[in-house]
Amino acid sequence: MSTELFFQYIAAGLTYGFIYAIVAIGFNIIYNTTGIINFAQGEFVMLGSMTAITLNAFMPLPLAILLSVLITMIVGAIMEMLFFRWLESPTVLRMIIITIGLSIIIREIALAIWGENVRALPYFTGNEVTSVSIFGAHISPQVLWVIGICSIVVVALQMFFKFTRYGRQMRACAANREAARLCGINAKNMVTLSFVLSAGIGALAGCVVSPITYSQYNMGVPLAIKGFTVAILGGLGNSMAAVAGGLVLGILESFSVWIMPSAYKDAISIAILLLILFFRPGGLFGRKEELALKEF
Amino acid sequence: MRFFKGFLLSVLMMAFMVFPVYAAETIKIGAILAVTGPASFLGAPEANTLKMLADEINSKGGIKGRKIELIIKDSGANPEKAISFAKQLIEEERVFAIIGPSTSGETLKIKNICEKGKTICISCAAAEKIVNPVAKYVFKTPQKDSFAARKIFMQMQKMGIKKIGVVVGNTGFGKAGKAQLEKLAPEYGIDIIISEVYDKKATDLTALVTKLKAKGVEAVVNWSIVPAQAIIAKNMRQIGLNVPLFQSHGFGNIKYVKAAGAAAEGIIFPAGRLLVADVLPDDHPQKPVLMKYKRDYESRFKEEASTFGGHAYDAFMILVTAIEKAGFDKEKVRDAIENLKGFVGTGGIFNFSPTDHNGLDIDSFEMLTVKNGRFVLLEQK
Repeated sequence: MSTELFFQYIAAGLTYGFIYAIVAIGFNIIYNTTGIINFAQGEFVMLGSMTAITLNAFMPLPLAILLSVLITMIVGAIMEMLFFRWLESPTVLRMIIITIGLSIIIREIALAIWGENVRALPYFTGNEVTSVSIFGAHISPQVLWVIGICSIVVVALQMFFKFTRYGRQMRACAANREAARLCGINAKNMVTLSFVLSAGIGALAGCVVSPITYSQYNMGVPLAIKGFTVAILGGLGNSMAAVAGGLVLGILESFSVWIMPSAYKDAISIAILLLILFFRPGGLFGRKEELALKEF
Repeated sequence: MRFFKGFLLSVLMMAFMVFPVYAAETIKIGAILAVTGPASFLGAPEANTLKMLADEINSKGGIKGRKIELIIKDSGANPEKAISFAKQLIEEERVFAIIGPSTSGETLKIKNICEKGKTICISCAAAEKIVNPVAKYVFKTPQKDSFAARKIFMQMQKMGIKKIGVVVGNTGFGKAGKAQLEKLAPEYGIDIIISEVYDKKATDLTALVTKLKAKGVEAVVNWSIVPAQAIIAKNMRQIGLNVPLFQSHGFGNIKYVKAAGAAAEGIIFPAGRLLVADVLPDDHPQKPVLMKYKRDYESRFKEEASTFGGHAYDAFMILVTAIEKAGFDKEKVRDAIENLKGFVGTGGIFNFSPTDHNGLDIDSFEMLTVKNGRFVLLEQK
């Protein structure tokens, strides 16, 4: 294989990896505060991109994205307040099942609003055929946008959790909810905040990947499955690990196409996920003890 | 009060007894279409077309004085639903004929039901199996899918292309296309050097097109539906794989061109002439039919007419023409369809025979391409 092709496969792997990673980050925030996997995360991604596409008809792209992120955050808040806040004994299983139900409802509502048409946001820079050449490999500028936004989100989240009051309060809730409450932290508000943040990051992910993957009412499911795989692969709850997990999976998938028929691409990623779960249940970068702290 | 109830009941019963007498003056035509669900891009324009035609004919006094009563059932592309709707239409509604279903899978499931029920079925689906072997009561209007593959290979011969790559989505449509392409390629001296299947929900296909590039293909044939058919076009151009891209006849909707944007330019695909109606030469026999259908459809529904709606147009008009010739006897109408020659429809010029229940030949397909975001005839480019 020539070096040019080698780098082209790497570029394809980066594309997949960062798309998965930016979706995966959304899973981590809710997981960190509540210990649940939000199966409606893919629907946040879909809502964000579909709303932005609709708004983009009336306003410039940056404004449309900003508004759609805000709208999706509000949806996330409403969701949490209506369906989770009042739960008397919020067991993990119960909350997970609620998120599954919600994902179906959101999908059906989106189908009623937008129909089944396939849409897309315009490319942020250039158009469908533009590409940037790096080491002889060609890569769409949109992929660079995904990489850039993904990095900014990861860094911003680290700062938020480390240095802000709300961030620290959220981490306190994650570590020990009872103790956090005794310190005067409103745990319920922290859960709402985690839904709002997740929804916002999901929506942003939806906007930035839309030119590459296209948007449709049911786009959330396959993206969420891959995002979930990557989140587990890296180690749940850690954004940096999600990015690393995304890159590992993306590059493996890309090179699997080189060696094998592309029909097996998804089978390979699931096989890898199973192996990791057998041998490193905490994920590639997670610690077993940390996982044991959660109720899951 | 009791008297009143009894009175009401008897009035109702009378109404029920009287009703069939009125109903007898209409002619019931059933339709099983995938108006919603994964094949709504077929079923929705088909249903619109039928409603439009039924209204038009009824406003002119119906067929031979009898108004059309159109019963459209939405199968959502689900074969099980298609089966129960077919039984319902034949046994309960006792329809004169069935238009549809929209998809090949559904049509194959109800083929035998229509045969047993001795009810004419004019399908809007592509698969060759629908009319091969010939079933007495089953017809279809879209061009056979093997024609699409042949037309593509003929074009490749003209362009001197020998080594190609075939990529398809993992849907029934994609797999059927792959089988046809692999079967017919040797006849045209074309070598398929790589053949790949990808997930229909794939979000990006850069790795796959890189593989095509590495193999040194001279052209790529893609057989899938949205969004993959737009993604493959984008990814090919992005990595600089600048060989001709051929798509299936499933590309025949201007919405897909918009989805692929600049990457759609130069894509070559076979399709019926509806998409290029306005650039057809004026003396083309199909031009008046195509222009009328396109104008009527677009002014009423405010969306671009697609070839799929055209299949329903052909099915309906073939049925109407046959009824006008043969009257209201099902058997005679069936014979009339089988002997219909030179019927000008949107899909082409139909010449039915006892051995050919499709009636179209390979010339019903035209090779089209995309230029400046619009469909044009390849030879005009």
